[in-house]
Amino acid sequence: MLRFTLSRILGAIPTLLILISLSFLLIRVAPGGPFDSEKQLPPEIEANLRAAYNLDEPVVQQLGRYLWNLAQGDFGPSFQYRDFTVTELIAGSFPVSLRLGAMAMLLALSLGVLAGCVAALRQNRLADYSVMTAAMTGISVPNFVMAPLLVLVFAVWLGWLPAGGLGDGSVSHLILPVITLALPQIAYIARLTRASMIDVLRSPFIRTARAQGLTPLTVLIRHAMKPALLPVVSYLGPALAGIITGSVVVEQIFGVPGLGRFFVQGALNRDYTLVMGVVVFYGTLIVVLNLMVDLLYGWLDPRLRR
Amino acid sequence: MTPMGGLWSDAGRALRRNRAATISAAILLSLILLVIFGPLFSPWSYDYTDWGEIASPPALSNGHVFGTDQLGRDLFVRTLYGGRISLMVGLAATAVSLLIGIAYGATAGYFGGRLDHVMMRIVDILYALPFMFLVILLMVLFGRNIFLIFVAIGAINWLDMARIVRGQAMSLREREFVVAARTSGTRAGGIIGRHVVPNLLGVVAVYATLTVPQVILVESFLSFLGLGVAEPMTSWGALVNEGAQNMESAPWMLLFPASFLAITLFCLNFLGDGLRDALDPRDRSGR
Repeated sequence: MLRFTLSRILGAIPTLLILISLSFLLIRVAPGGPFDSEKQLPPEIEANLRAAYNLDEPVVQQLGRYLWNLAQGDFGPSFQYRDFTVTELIAGSFPVSLRLGAMAMLLALSLGVLAGCVAALRQNRLADYSVMTAAMTGISVPNFVMAPLLVLVFAVWLGWLPAGGLGDGSVSHLILPVITLALPQIAYIARLTRASMIDVLRSPFIRTARAQGLTPLTVLIRHAMKPALLPVVSYLGPALAGIITGSVVVEQIFGVPGLGRFFVQGALNRDYTLVMGVVVFYGTLIVVLNLMVDLLYGWLDPRLRR
Repeated sequence: MTPMGGLWSDAGRALRRNRAATISAAILLSLILLVIFGPLFSPWSYDYTDWGEIASPPALSNGHVFGTDQLGRDLFVRTLYGGRISLMVGLAATAVSLLIGIAYGATAGYFGGRLDHVMMRIVDILYALPFMFLVILLMVLFGRNIFLIFVAIGAINWLDMARIVRGQAMSLREREFVVAARTSGTRAGGIIGRHVVPNLLGVVAVYATLTVPQVILVESFLSFLGLGVAEPMTSWGALVNEGAQNMESAPWMLLFPASFLAITLFCLNFLGDGLRDALDPRDRSGR
């Protein structure tokens, strides 16, 4: 187990280094600098600015400095929001995104597993077909289409829920964003659960459990659930990545002041350091979460620890 | 009968039995025809402003069957043009990912050993990168450029393809006809091109069908954020974005492009699932 853990951790390091260096180099070779504005700056002032942001050093030295600062949690200054550092911007807006994402993840797991189990137990019957068609819809309709449609129906036409913003932070403001964010993941998890549950329910140990006279529900919960959920655990990594990526869109549409919205604003304003900070931050988060899912999976399924 | 013919006729039979996949294929075909030929029958071009009909709802009387947008442009034509872009990006980027994925995967799988190990480790490392964020970064830095969208999306999707192709190539490597070609002195490149690649095209076709909707999704995602194709050209993602901004006053601007995009993705996914169930014995989850 220790060896397995170490090898996985070592495997994640090159990914992180490539991620950071790649985004760093992309920024450096990009046309147009952060100090391009309508007003032409005098060359001396621009030189001073470049020196102040260490842009006059060789690229390798800049990368080294950036990595060193990153290791200390310093993402550098924002070019757009001059009074803030990128770290402050991330720290200020990430908790909102985290709350949204965590709620969506919980919803996706509980509803997805439930729907998948129902479909597996009622295979090839009406309940199965309904769940699978609904799941296909969830996968096929992207969240940036789903979100405005939900707003149109539930906020504009029916007037049941607020259309956007966080308001006073009440639950009603979070319902639509959380559902939009969770829908595709519910769909994927339901499909995965159904497929593996059908497989597990066919295996001999389930037949034995049934032969002992256990009720179907007991068989499902006590015996079938754990092996059937292994594929779902391995899907947690992509699911988390999907929710993080989705939050960018969802926050933008619903006007939730989270990190994703800052990211899009930064992207449209060409705020290089902010965009890169968010890429590195979310990228690292995804890599680390993937690593944790990997370790969890190895812990659950001893066959994988080689 | 060649193995290819056998595979395709098997697939055809299995697909015809799968009603959802057959209907999806028919809808997709008519959609493609509509997108290609529909604009020819419209009196308006995609960027023509009809000053008398700004943001008018769908109506038969004035000829704007899908209505017009805030700039008086005919939504029917714009939706079809957007479809051209979305489908074209979907096909082109899938082709890019196929080329890279097949070449990479077939090489790794055919040679095996240390080369395979190193090549697949690289895929593992790249796989863990959050590509969506890197693509957004790319679009921010180098501006909206449709060629860049192809390359960027193709560069994401080849990883899956490479893994699948590698697995197939490894099992093909030991087959009699490959061994025969090797003993008769054919060079590795020739064997890969002549014997390995043609025999894994069936599986590749399945995953290509599933790649197209993913690619369309990425492209519309970028266009939605305002990082995709540039005005006055449009794509379904950009149209949905405009529709979302005007949905209270002009809901048709949202509903038409959104349904076109959703129906296309729905059909492509159904078709891909049907093909996979028909062709891929590993996936036993099918009905």
